[in-house]
Amino acid sequence: MVMKVSTDWSLGDHWGMIRSRISAYRMKYAVMPGLYTAGEPNKDSDVFVSANYKLSFDVLRRGLKGLNAWILVLDTKSINVWCAAGKGTFGTDELVRRIAEVHLGTVVNHRRIIVPQLGAVGVSASAVQKRAGFHVYFGPVDARDIAAYVQAGYKKTKEMSTIKFSMLDRLVLTPMEMNPITKKYLWFAAGILLLFGLQPSGILFEKAWAGGAPFLLLGLVSVLAGAFITPVLLPFVPCRSFAIKGWLVGMLSVLLAVQVFSLVDRHNMIMLAATYLFFPAVSSYIALQFTGSTTFTGMSGVKKELKIGIPLYAITACISLLLMVLFKLREWGFV
Amino acid sequence: MKYLANVSTLVYSPDKCTGCGRCDEVCPQGVFEMRDKKAVVTDRDLCMECGACSMNCDFGAITVNSGVGCATAIINGMITGGAPSCDCGVGGNGCCG
Repeated sequence: MVMKVSTDWSLGDHWGMIRSRISAYRMKYAVMPGLYTAGEPNKDSDVFVSANYKLSFDVLRRGLKGLNAWILVLDTKSINVWCAAGKGTFGTDELVRRIAEVHLGTVVNHRRIIVPQLGAVGVSASAVQKRAGFHVYFGPVDARDIAAYVQAGYKKTKEMSTIKFSMLDRLVLTPMEMNPITKKYLWFAAGILLLFGLQPSGILFEKAWAGGAPFLLLGLVSVLAGAFITPVLLPFVPCRSFAIKGWLVGMLSVLLAVQVFSLVDRHNMIMLAATYLFFPAVSSYIALQFTGSTTFTGMSGVKKELKIGIPLYAITACISLLLMVLFKLREWGFV
Repeated sequence: MKYLANVSTLVYSPDKCTGCGRCDEVCPQGVFEMRDKKAVVTDRDLCMECGACSMNCDFGAITVNSGVGCATAIINGMITGGAPSCDCGVGGNGCCG
């Protein structure tokens, strides 16, 4: 069965994109694997391969505007092309299987198939040639360049084969950096309120709020520094290490917040030490997680950062906790 | 944008290169360039170890220890004792989209 699709986006497509960008909705944002048509393709028309993550599919069909083409959608469990290629679901085996299943050899007369360049992580062109008889062309990174690529005789410019990571690209990734932290923040907030509310006589709500509020705000500041400011300003923050970038932005943000809003009593050395130790470290840890969303960080580099970073984070957390205990003991007059 | 210097596991053996140009065609970071019908490495620090080049080099001229450059995935792998995993499959946390 061949399904016909438009190269235009409907309102629903835009809304689907937004939902996928901000929530786990993306995990079920899928289209049926199989063969589709854009325009009025014939037996000589090009075949473009995509993933069954609907946003990947939508971006491709929008890129095919004005062309008559076949779209072969692989079953990648609703994961985008690049991630799925890394896992192997967008891979040689699935491509060969899908070519056979839709009888592509009888649908078209030629033996060319255009795979998105980022799919090359999982697709071996020579293996596809051997097993399915189709010659793989790795197309441009960005589907918007497809028309120019076809017009140039299936030739890519350096520009077309290099991935970009603009400020806007980074900005749209930040909601999914912050979303998973929300739950952890609630735990942090509960801990802080308990810490400040806990008195020898019981838990006092008033004390919890009065003492805890500045730190709830600092928690928010450190999350924003690591999950929003660092990603958006990424190339402008010094150092290549994400942990250091996050720490710098975190330190600066916390320093500013403490000064502007007078959040911490400046005579309370224990509290000051804990604040400047703990919160920038949180930003640093969160910024390090952004390595998963970038287009240029490799496994060896991230492993190196973690090897140095994790012991430091653990030590920082322990010292901060000890300082808090010391603070409470002082407050209660035990020390 | 470049990540940490001197960490990439990319190894290229020019003597095995036949000049087919697949590495240049698939690398999204512009690590390879074709000069005089041979591939040359422009800047190893640009390599993000995705593995597209070694996957598509039929002559064994490129090896790279490929994997995901994602802290969450690597920490997941440390906790479970397995390979780095984004756990994006069924019941995953939705990191990949």
